[in-house]
Amino acid sequence: MVLIEIRGLFKSFGLSEILRGINLDVEEGRVLALIGPTGSGKTTLLRLIDLLDKPTEGNIFFNGYDICYLSSKEKLKIRRKMGMVFQKPVMFSASVYENVSYGLKVRGKGNSRLEIQRALEEVGLSGYESRDAATLSGGEMQRIALARAMVINPEVLLLDEPTANLDLRSAYAVDELIKRLANCGRTVIMASHNMTECRKLANKVAVLVDGRITRTGKPEEILTEPELYVNSISGQPFLESI
Amino acid sequence: MFNLVIEMERKLLKISVLILMLAMICIATQAADSNNSRLKLVTTTSLHDTGLLDVIKQKFEEKYNNVSLDVISVGTGIAIQYGERGDADVLLIHDKTREVKFVKDGHGLERRCVAYNYFNIVGPKDDPAGIKGLNATAAFKNIFQKGKADPTKVTFVSRGDGSGTHSKEQTLWKAAGYNYSNQVNTSVNRWYLEAGSGMGATLTMTNEKSAYTLTDTSTFMAYNSTYKGNFTLVPLVESTIDLLNVYTAIAENPKKHPGVNCEMANKFINFLVSEEGQKLVGGYGMDKFGKALFFPAKGNCTLIGCSSGECAVPTNASCAAA
Amino acid sequence: MDEISAGFIRAIQLIITLNPEVVEITVRSLSISLTSVLIASLVDIPIGGLIEFHDFRGKRALINLIQTFYSIPTVTVGLLVYLLLSRSGPLGGMGLLFSPAGMVIGQTVLITPIMIGLTISALRGVSVQIEETALSMGATNLQVIFTIMKEARVAVVATVLLGFGRALSEVGVAMMIGGNIRGYTRVLTTAISLETSMGDLDLAMALGIILISISLVVNLALNRVQGR
Repeated sequence: MVLIEIRGLFKSFGLSEILRGINLDVEEGRVLALIGPTGSGKTTLLRLIDLLDKPTEGNIFFNGYDICYLSSKEKLKIRRKMGMVFQKPVMFSASVYENVSYGLKVRGKGNSRLEIQRALEEVGLSGYESRDAATLSGGEMQRIALARAMVINPEVLLLDEPTANLDLRSAYAVDELIKRLANCGRTVIMASHNMTECRKLANKVAVLVDGRITRTGKPEEILTEPELYVNSISGQPFLESI
Repeated sequence: MFNLVIEMERKLLKISVLILMLAMICIATQAADSNNSRLKLVTTTSLHDTGLLDVIKQKFEEKYNNVSLDVISVGTGIAIQYGERGDADVLLIHDKTREVKFVKDGHGLERRCVAYNYFNIVGPKDDPAGIKGLNATAAFKNIFQKGKADPTKVTFVSRGDGSGTHSKEQTLWKAAGYNYSNQVNTSVNRWYLEAGSGMGATLTMTNEKSAYTLTDTSTFMAYNSTYKGNFTLVPLVESTIDLLNVYTAIAENPKKHPGVNCEMANKFINFLVSEEGQKLVGGYGMDKFGKALFFPAKGNCTLIGCSSGECAVPTNASCAAA
Repeated sequence: MDEISAGFIRAIQLIITLNPEVVEITVRSLSISLTSVLIASLVDIPIGGLIEFHDFRGKRALINLIQTFYSIPTVTVGLLVYLLLSRSGPLGGMGLLFSPAGMVIGQTVLITPIMIGLTISALRGVSVQIEETALSMGATNLQVIFTIMKEARVAVVATVLLGFGRALSEVGVAMMIGGNIRGYTRVLTTAISLETSMGDLDLAMALGIILISISLVVNLALNRVQGR
């Protein structure tokens, strides 16, 4: 069942057009991987889906409802169904516990120590509750950000390069986690550079180049095509095989 | 399981809040004791700096023990302004011309001469203008002429701040036959310096330049004794009639400035002119300086040119507002 | 130059013997300035937040204006507030002139530009990503504002300390509004002014040293807070 439909989405910042007519379907309970060179608009697309910004043109439908032009109260309701992890996540200047429990706090759900504990275990950072979040390494911050998004139990997970800063071991663990989350029925939209990760996790791959979706299809189909290994602009490979 | 830093932060917060509350209480108690009636006395710096008013305040508050006498000391010009805006309850100043106008314009009730002393003309010991032994008017003539002839030898420093002392100085120039703005206070006159300061700063400047200036006795005596460094000024013209400095008390007129503490102001003036008050005034300074800084107005009314109706007699001007 | 060393000696004497008048003046200085900064914080920090978090025409001009007033001369503020509180002025009936309460009003007005302006700077210093992260976590606009304010708390505390420092060491307002009345509105700064003009330079120096010491403590606290 299609949970999110994107139709004719355009986004410009001033004079630069980042997204030029995106059409995309996201199936419920499935993992969609967005691949493409840097600057192709992956992050912008994720932000638009999370309703952090308004498109210049076009619509996004969530469960059939047009969500881009709602009032901010209604947008908040939709946004609360989603959890986003940014590419280089920032931590609030507080303890790890307070960071992870933030989402619960703003929803007025009394935060449960147990839930936080569990979330930290899942990302492999048990016992980190009282650490000052500012002292974490990049990889640790990424995992805390993931725990933060997980703990609110979102229907949709938006992940922008979730394992980009992680070492092999942690990347593997996180990928396993994402797999588990997907298996529980969550919808995942993931921007990635990592071919192995995509092959492992994605049910569908969409290629985003220069603000347009050039190909969509199953990972086996797409990830073997040689053009993908070359960036259309700079001639550099944009997909890494790790 | 609390972060240690967060705990310290909370402690700091608690302490700061406590300090703030203490501060508020301090202010609150201070405001509360204005169940006491407050009498705002505005006076000149030269009078205030002698310390006489501390003595008067103490005795006055002893006598009327639910009153706080607030003494505000500024230049005479500002004192008059405060009076004209109704910000004071009673004035104690020394400028007859402005005092008379003040009462005439309806800001003040009545003038009461309270005390007097003399201004001095002080200058360098060797007295290049040769004023010693002259009266003030003649001395000013000499200073003008000798200063014009040779500004390097003879200079005069003026308060230049609209104070009572400055007013007196201007009166003396006039008496000496000169137009103040055209002839004396012009930029051509290199011998005439305008300090634009209080008496203390003016004396310092005068000392530095070995110049002449007009000063009140008390500030001069105070500077003479406490000045660090070489104080070379000496009094050259003292107690001549044209150097009389008469202090007058005036209560604010509640008709023009409703809300002033008129009753207390009258009580204060009557205290000053009473036998006790006049004795306080007359005896002040003996122990500190070895000589009296002020003379009581009572008994000296003719000398100081104060009419019998205004000279050290009690006032019973009406405090009715309308 | 031995006024300075004489001043130091006099300062130590005054402090050790807990000279009652000096204690009274110091406590009054502190309580007036503390009260001013408290009121200013309660009013100006939210105003700073309001300005920063809203977009409106003339926002930049307003902020420019506020920053221009950072270094307004204290005597000018003193004069303005005097005209306001004078019996012949609009608020004259309240009898606030020449009272500690009036001084609090004056100092609050004095430090308002820097309190508002530095609060805005503090909030601006919080990275935009924090706002986005908070939003993506499902925070309401109000919650986002609180979160940003919490992130900026160090800078906001620094603002408060700075406001306190400015209030404590200013003369113009205290003199014009307070009148330097002994036992009622005399504070450290006005006392220093008086003693200097009367020629008692040792005492003026001593009071100055006491004032500087307090400022030193405030600055140490500032450094501590910012160093985190």
